Amino acid sequence: MIDQNPPVTEEELHAYVDGELAPDRRAAVETWLASHPEDAARVAQWRAQADAIRARFGVLASEPVPARFDLDHLARGARSWRGAAAAAVVLAFLTGGVVGWMAHGASAAAPSRFDTFTAQALEAHKVYVVEVRHPVEVTGAERPHLVQWLSKRLDYELRIPDLEPSGLKLVGGRLLPGPFGPAAFCMYEGPSGERFTIYYARTDSPQTAMRYREADRFAALYWVERGLAYVVSGPPERERLLSIAQAAYDQIDKNTPQAK
Amino acid sequence: MGGFRQGIEAAVPALRRYARALTRNGELADDLVQDTLVRALRSEHLFHGGDIRSWLYTILTNLNRNRLRALARRPALQAIEDNDAPEVAGPEAGARDIERALASLVEDQRSALLLVVLEGLSYREVAQVQGVPIGTVMSRLARARMQIKAYLDGERPALRRIK
Repeated sequence: MIDQNPPVTEEELHAYVDGELAPDRRAAVETWLASHPEDAARVAQWRAQADAIRARFGVLASEPVPARFDLDHLARGARSWRGAAAAAVVLAFLTGGVVGWMAHGASAAAPSRFDTFTAQALEAHKVYVVEVRHPVEVTGAERPHLVQWLSKRLDYELRIPDLEPSGLKLVGGRLLPGPFGPAAFCMYEGPSGERFTIYYARTDSPQTAMRYREADRFAALYWVERGLAYVVSGPPERERLLSIAQAAYDQIDKNTPQAK
Repeated sequence: MGGFRQGIEAAVPALRRYARALTRNGELADDLVQDTLVRALRSEHLFHGGDIRSWLYTILTNLNRNRLRALARRPALQAIEDNDAPEVAGPEAGARDIERALASLVEDQRSALLLVVLEGLSYREVAQVQGVPIGTVMSRLARARMQIKAYLDGERPALRRIK
């Protein structure tokens, strides 16, 4: 009697477990399983796998949804682009070399500024990260003085982020000639001697999201916030650079610096 | 317009769940979800009816695929995917087993399995999300289940041991 039905295929077993089986084959599969313990065991295993997956991850769907997913906020493009843009930026360059994504949909961030600042910052980075004895003018031990001095010269209340949580110690900073006036330059050092720098320069470019550039053996992340261009440079590892830039951004943003 | 937004909003919890299972990394998952939402909101004009949920899963799946492709180009960073947290005993251990078993899957197989068993999509919907014929979805499912079983039975693929 059973054999009048076509034999049950493995595909049908999966479909049976997933509720995808044609209704007229259901009885046939159940009869088959009753007489084929190995297949019955497989079906039981697949169900157990599905249960384990649901038990592990199912609960996440009933968690309250964090505010960062508020659609109005995301749609607006958001002033605090840690929201929409930050994630988009992460993906923008994870998806490979896309540098053009901008917050605000503003096409106004002139690429030339991006090029100029990034080139300058990378140049400074290259010159000073190899410097052993005199990498900076004012050391990190004199942070308050460093902040005060550079802020005065840029005429902008600078924030020099504390990147110790990212494993980076502030080596110190120096003043540099920038493309449109003085620029500030701070250096950080990791446990294995790798160096990252932050370059600050005044700009009239509108706010942008982070943009990424690699050149030679270095990489830079550029963004503009409240009249100041920032370039974080370091070894060409996007994720690491991004996480450092974000840590810096978060602190700078939290402290809401203002043009004087 | 309102229906579109509402449809997206209603899907957020499930998207987070799927992204989390897919990446096994909460932060990464939420970034993926957020980018999915941003992209969906920007592409409203591209959405011509149909199931919003499937559409969102499609965006997220593609974003994650791009992400992995980018990572693959830089083998030095591969370790990020290796969520080898310290061993834990007790009820946590079972959850970690299934998590690791999932981690041992090829991305398309993991995605197919999760869309079916966790998100409750039909084979047809998964085929749309993944942009492949139903037969391919079914073979991905079959291979995923075989691999998970093998993993749980102790045949940890040597591949994952590379650090």
